[in-house]
Amino acid sequence: MATANLDSVLEGRRSQPSQLIEVLQDIQDLYGYVSEDAMEQVAGGLGIPLMEVYRVACFYKAFSLQPRGKNVITVCTGTACHVRGSDLLIDQVRGQLQIEPGETTRDGLFTFECVNCLGACALGPIVVHNDAYNPHVTPGKLRKMIDKAEEEGKKEAAYGKTGKA
Amino acid sequence: MARLEKPEDLENLRDSLREENRGFRLRIIIPNGTCCRASGSQAVIDAVKAEISKQGLEKEVFLHITGCHGFCQQEPNILFEPGNIAYCRVKPGDAKEIVEKTVGNGEVIERLLYVDPLTGERIRREGDIPFYKAQDRQLLTNNKLVDPLAIEDYIAIGGYGALAKVLEGMGPEEVIREIKASGLRGRGGAGFPTGRKWEEAREAPGDEKYVICNADEGDPGAYMDRCLLESNPHAILEGMMIGAWAAGAGMGYVYVRHEYPLAVQHTRNAVMQARALGLLGENILGSNFSFDIEIARGGGAFVCGESTALMASVEGKVGEPRPKDIHTVKEGLWNKPTVLNNVETWANVPSIILNGSDWFASKGTRGSKGTKIFALTGKIRNTGLVEVAMGTTIHDIVHNIGGASDGRAVKAIQTGGPSGGCLPASQFGLPVDFDSLYDAGSMMGSGGMVVMDEKTCMVDVAKYFLKFLQDESCGKCIPCRVGVSRMLEIVTDITEGRGTRAQIDLLKELAETIGQTALCGLGKTAPNPVLSTLRYFGDEYLAHVDEKRCPAGVCRPLIRYAIDPEKCNGCGVCVRSCPHEAISGQKKEVHAIDPEECRKCGICAAECKFDAIMVN
Repeated sequence: MATANLDSVLEGRRSQPSQLIEVLQDIQDLYGYVSEDAMEQVAGGLGIPLMEVYRVACFYKAFSLQPRGKNVITVCTGTACHVRGSDLLIDQVRGQLQIEPGETTRDGLFTFECVNCLGACALGPIVVHNDAYNPHVTPGKLRKMIDKAEEEGKKEAAYGKTGKA
Repeated sequence: MARLEKPEDLENLRDSLREENRGFRLRIIIPNGTCCRASGSQAVIDAVKAEISKQGLEKEVFLHITGCHGFCQQEPNILFEPGNIAYCRVKPGDAKEIVEKTVGNGEVIERLLYVDPLTGERIRREGDIPFYKAQDRQLLTNNKLVDPLAIEDYIAIGGYGALAKVLEGMGPEEVIREIKASGLRGRGGAGFPTGRKWEEAREAPGDEKYVICNADEGDPGAYMDRCLLESNPHAILEGMMIGAWAAGAGMGYVYVRHEYPLAVQHTRNAVMQARALGLLGENILGSNFSFDIEIARGGGAFVCGESTALMASVEGKVGEPRPKDIHTVKEGLWNKPTVLNNVETWANVPSIILNGSDWFASKGTRGSKGTKIFALTGKIRNTGLVEVAMGTTIHDIVHNIGGASDGRAVKAIQTGGPSGGCLPASQFGLPVDFDSLYDAGSMMGSGGMVVMDEKTCMVDVAKYFLKFLQDESCGKCIPCRVGVSRMLEIVTDITEGRGTRAQIDLLKELAETIGQTALCGLGKTAPNPVLSTLRYFGDEYLAHVDEKRCPAGVCRPLIRYAIDPEKCNGCGVCVRSCPHEAISGQKKEVHAIDPEECRKCGICAAECKFDAIMVN
């Protein structure tokens, strides 16, 4: 498991309960989610009950307790994006990928998320594909973005198979 | 650079940095903030850089990568100083021509200049662009002078001079007097007098005290603080240092939301640079003042913008507010006296110390001094960050700076985020300050301004904020946790054609009760979006309730999409774009929407180039 060794994250923060959120942030950045195993190690490392670690991990939106897909599609639903049609973008993803916000496609290729505001309001509606911010997105642009990522994902999967053989 | 042991060291460093900068004949400024990057600024920077080195101009011209200047709509842009020539919407492919003509020969490339949409005239100087011309940029103006990753740039423009002034000869009481006299009030929205806050923390018993910078800008539609932290982080750190000196704090935290990765990165870098120069740490500039700053990243919870919830979060806990019968200036972070100010408030401090309280108080209104930054977004022509003196009217901001709406009439403006409200165009004569907007049923808030036009349904806007608040309620108190959910159910009924007049009365009653009984400020103000839309746009609610009609054509159960056979030319775009496969039709023949399959998402209407999708 990728989260087997958290020493580097816990380094210099052991027995400091106030570092909990920072530690979870680093784990989220490193592995894309916070696993049960990771939470146990954090609880031990910082000297906090596991229950409290779980509570904090559930409270803050920054933490995902499930592994996320290869492509994370994040639709900003801030006010400025909303009045410029971010609802259409949510429908586009729903219709195209058949998943709801917070879910990941079965093939693990896509995770669909919504965020309250990314602070790039002047360029709304905004969609973030992994780390790339896309301004003034329309449903059509989003459809092509997803199509392209899907194609690349399939190509890679096929290449991976032949590569192994 | 060596550690600065005394104020003279800082002055000497400043002089030598200024001398270095004189070696260049031209400064090419390219902003590279989050929004600039989203528009492709990094590729433009790479192209210009490559071209400069290809043409061997590295020693003559200085490529200055800065934070965002504010006119996000026109990014990526390039500014040339001296000359103040501004190019808009530059593409990497323009780099060769720019370096050859403008950098090499001083020739202006007409096609890259800003075009005034009203007159069609091309404008050469950035300062002459109406968007900038009508502003009073005191804080934002520094964004184009500093590379946010270079403390040298900040020092060169006079940075940390206010800190030196304070440490050399201003006692904490004198600093507090100066801030009080300036009339500075908290820019986070509540508008509490900053000097008084510092004084109360100073007077609170105890040796261990804290200062915090609230950069958890949770209001959707606002990004002033992101821009300030990203573009000029040292100004905020310097403000915090001065506040810590005044309040007697030894430790500070910048609580910044993780959704702003660039702001986190730039602030971290700034703290490390300040430490390396001895501007943070023990005995700063040889004085007896010792102070350090740490960064705490927020976890994406709106409630953490509330002071007590924020402090719980810095402590590594769940961000739930507590009753504020004991103020945080007495018992805040770890139950110690704590000064919490917003990013923009801290950013204002150094210039007040350097220029004096009279200078600051000369701008603004009787109760609200200085300038304020607003994020102007939504259905408006010029979107971006706007800084104006307090008391400027909404009309001036929306029309003179924002250039009004592109086509449709502006109907309303939303200010103050989920705690604020919507004001109709008839109220645009109001001056924007802490008090006037509150009296009108909204609030200035931290500075988000979302413009709405006739295609925006105000009941839908109220529903949007209720949904936001329901999602973000921490769940600690019942009025907010349960009350907001009940309000959302009622408004949902209204937008879906099941609403009754009696429900509108119930909505008002609920709103009043929540306002009086919720635990924290966010809960108490949660009903504001509903109350203000009911007050000014009651007719829209009635149209939904009595006629089962959404005048703006937004609420899905009350509308129906159809294709106008006169306008449809059978191009097939809607057929391909419908994610629910509800549209059919052969090429070059009129298409049709299957009402059974249509989920009324409106994607076809957004994609159709011929305006052939009708909303009934």
